[in-house]
Amino acid sequence: MHSFGYRANALLTFAVTALAFICAIASFSDKFSNQNPSVEIQILNINRFKKQSHGNDEVSLTLDIAADLESLFTWNTKQVFVFVAAEYETPKNSLNQVSLWDAIIPAKEHAKFRIQVSNKYRFIDQGHNLRGKDFNLTLHWHVMPKTGKMFADKIVMSGYSLPDAYR
Amino acid sequence: MDWQGQKLAEQLMQILLLIAAIVAFVVGYVTASFRTMMLIYAGGVVLTTLVTVPNWPFFNRNPLQWLDPSEAEKHPKPQVVVVVSSKKKSSNKK
Repeated sequence: MHSFGYRANALLTFAVTALAFICAIASFSDKFSNQNPSVEIQILNINRFKKQSHGNDEVSLTLDIAADLESLFTWNTKQVFVFVAAEYETPKNSLNQVSLWDAIIPAKEHAKFRIQVSNKYRFIDQGHNLRGKDFNLTLHWHVMPKTGKMFADKIVMSGYSLPDAYR
Repeated sequence: MDWQGQKLAEQLMQILLLIAAIVAFVVGYVTASFRTMMLIYAGGVVLTTLVTVPNWPFFNRNPLQWLDPSEAEKHPKPQVVVVVSSKKKSSNKK
């Protein structure tokens, strides 16, 4: 019974088991990396602020995003997805999250960046509650490891507000 | 492949793969390169396959010693003694 095929099969089984183990350890080793990402977002300009014909408020703004996400990258990180969301409360919804900008960071070399962009996705309220509204800008990130569990975290920055009148 | 060879092949396979896995992990972790880890491990698996899967001559160093035919004839097989129970047979006929 100790044939060529038997030995090849036993080897393959053992090799894949060992591979699963080293991948698990690689994933576990991520826990020991200390992550201290930082981000700073400024609103450079409110380009447009109006009420749409069907009654929803729409804002167009220019953001200055400076972020250092290098510490999110370990040897087991495939890529990091980041997005900036405007978060605010209205009488209708206890939490509104509107994604304004996102990006996929493929490598550590690109994880420290500063860009000035107008919102990539339209900032439209569900209603017309945006005049003079205070809101948070939150940087969310999802770390996609090569092996192991994907995880997400965020930094909330408060103290942003919209003008009191349409323009 | 003889019995000793089979044991050797099995042990070699496990030891080589474990060494490959440990070396791959350590090197990968130190150089912070997942790709290096995978390449080293793949190399280790290929090497282990080449060493332990084919029936190399060194797995056949302890061939089984069969008895010579003449030796076998001197010690004949014990004859199977068939004990027929007459009682049972008669009961069956009824």
